[in-house]
Amino acid sequence: MATVETRQDVHIDLHYLTRIEGHGHLRIDTRRGDIERCELNVVEAPRFLEAMLVGRPHAQAPHLASRICGICSVSHTTASVRAVEKALGIEVSPQTEDLRKLAFYGEILDSHILHAYLLVAPDFFGQPSAIALAGEQPEVVTRALRMKRLAGDLCAVLAGRHTHPISIAVGGFRHLPTTATVAGLLDRLVEARADVAATLDLFRDLSFPPLNRETEVLALRRDDEYAFIDGDIACSDGGRWPVDRYAGVVEEHVVSHSTAKHSRHARNPYMVGALARFKINHDRLHPKAKGAAAALGLTPEASNPYLITAAQIVELVHCLEEAITLCQRLVDRGLRRESLVMPSHRSGEGVGVVEAPRGMLVHHYQIENAIVGRANCIIPTNQNLANLEADMRQLVPQILPLGTDEVTRRLEMLVRAYDPCISCATHVLDIDYA
Amino acid sequence: MGGHKASRPRVAFFDFASCEGCQLTVVDSLQRYPDLLEAVEIVQFREAMSERGEDYQVAFVEGSCTRPSDEARLLAVRKQAKYVVALGACAHIGGVNAGCHGKDPDELRRRVYGPAGDSIETGEARPIGSVIDVDAVIPGCPIDRDEFIRGVRCLLQGRLPRLPDTPVCYECKLRENECLIRHGQVCLGPITRAGCGALCPTYGTGCEACRGLVPDANQASLRTIFAEHGLATEASEAALELFLRRELAVQEV
Repeated sequence: MATVETRQDVHIDLHYLTRIEGHGHLRIDTRRGDIERCELNVVEAPRFLEAMLVGRPHAQAPHLASRICGICSVSHTTASVRAVEKALGIEVSPQTEDLRKLAFYGEILDSHILHAYLLVAPDFFGQPSAIALAGEQPEVVTRALRMKRLAGDLCAVLAGRHTHPISIAVGGFRHLPTTATVAGLLDRLVEARADVAATLDLFRDLSFPPLNRETEVLALRRDDEYAFIDGDIACSDGGRWPVDRYAGVVEEHVVSHSTAKHSRHARNPYMVGALARFKINHDRLHPKAKGAAAALGLTPEASNPYLITAAQIVELVHCLEEAITLCQRLVDRGLRRESLVMPSHRSGEGVGVVEAPRGMLVHHYQIENAIVGRANCIIPTNQNLANLEADMRQLVPQILPLGTDEVTRRLEMLVRAYDPCISCATHVLDIDYA
Repeated sequence: MGGHKASRPRVAFFDFASCEGCQLTVVDSLQRYPDLLEAVEIVQFREAMSERGEDYQVAFVEGSCTRPSDEARLLAVRKQAKYVVALGACAHIGGVNAGCHGKDPDELRRRVYGPAGDSIETGEARPIGSVIDVDAVIPGCPIDRDEFIRGVRCLLQGRLPRLPDTPVCYECKLRENECLIRHGQVCLGPITRAGCGALCPTYGTGCEACRGLVPDANQASLRTIFAEHGLATEASEAALELFLRRELAVQEV
């Protein structure tokens, strides 16, 4: 655990980072006010899932891809089906697009509620966990669990379950809910507006720790909506590229202290995730979400990474409203049974890109004769690790006078703000079969 | 919350190579069964809480063992816990991690990380039962919420949870699903242990055997059925490898 050796020198060696997804190890050493070491070591066991994708029939790829991560399995599944569909020339129906988007909103809601309430909020209430928080503020935790249940049910109704969705397939859905079931969801989503409003009130009153470090951000951009599935890659420094040029936009590299690779763009490093999306796409937010941003004091110029949580609250409002609109449309039109759209060819190359809860997620497959011949994935957390370390390097000297315990607390909160998903970061590793 | 603190069984959660989806399912089960927190005292759950207690009677372990350092951690858990429960397919049968079963881990590592990866510790993905004795299993990828709660109830009553010894087909028939194999889809229901309520076939997708083999699974007979329905293809072989690579290899020995 943390120890102070002299007044100026701080040595933090935190092996057991809690309330994050996966195993991280934080190491900070300063000497006479200078940083000698500042690293988030990723110590998770590698699983080589990307290697396992190679040699699989394309229809199986989304199911295996889903197993990369328990929190964002709808995101991996969706990126995977889009990669296959683009490779094999499959155009899905508007109904399929709506249903996928609805499941996706369910995942964003679920993940953001988990992060904001169960992982981050205990810090603001001085509690070690949401379980302890439930003892002090039962209504806060009850509300979180109620909203989380609805988000999970949204995914379950559409895809069978949230973690590792079943019916989302290449070319469409293997199973459809009844229109009446979607109508039932619609009622519950409308009721949930009160919980989302209470969430906004709760987080509006919290003061996020200060940190000001302007950085480059990347997010998907669409002209017709706040992008979560498909679009172009847009950069806050200007520039917009089709997704199949992702490899020229981001460049991954191995760092010695981490089993998760880091990424860089023009400026090194850059950020992805809720705050990046907000900065790039704020003009495409639902009016209520724009109002939420104003209430939280969040502007597109925001440069404090602790505000990632605030951006997630804005996205909660947006995704709830969009989910209500989508459910209403599905109920009005009624759900039609559709066969899966079959591929027009058996070989090809495709890039599927989505905005997972933690940021831009790329699945890139080469398919040869219906078998995945080569696979590459770019994971949000890998893209954020270098930016997180740059934030820590700027923050540590500023907060050194506060003492090791407070430095540790602020750094843990910073790591948590990024909502790192270390399972994803290590379990999908760039593999290049030359 | 609180009350009866002294008398409540102390429970800890541990994770190894996995997606942590099973622990998330545990968190999700609190939405439906908030009284779980009244019944047990959770002393360690890194994903959800900062406290860390080492005095526990029941250990739930998610993930497969892949590194020599994992073995030491598992042995320590076994030494402390009265009951060790494997949580999910990775801990139970190696999960999708065992998809690389039989491939050289050093070769994989070099392909993934290049020369920079030589210092990274890795190894073959194994079920935790290959390292320590396991008292009970909550199978699946991910685990079933209700089955987890039933398992906890059993342990609270001093009994070990038992798994059904019927195949998934049994539950699929009870749900009056049409047989997917007859509709030309690969489905591993005939050789897979039931208990999930045939969830995947109900959602139009062939069983992936995430719960492992049913006792006395007849692999040869399933291959015959696949052949009769024109399904003896790369797709059916890939399906058999997704979760069963390790179990089928053991069965053949």
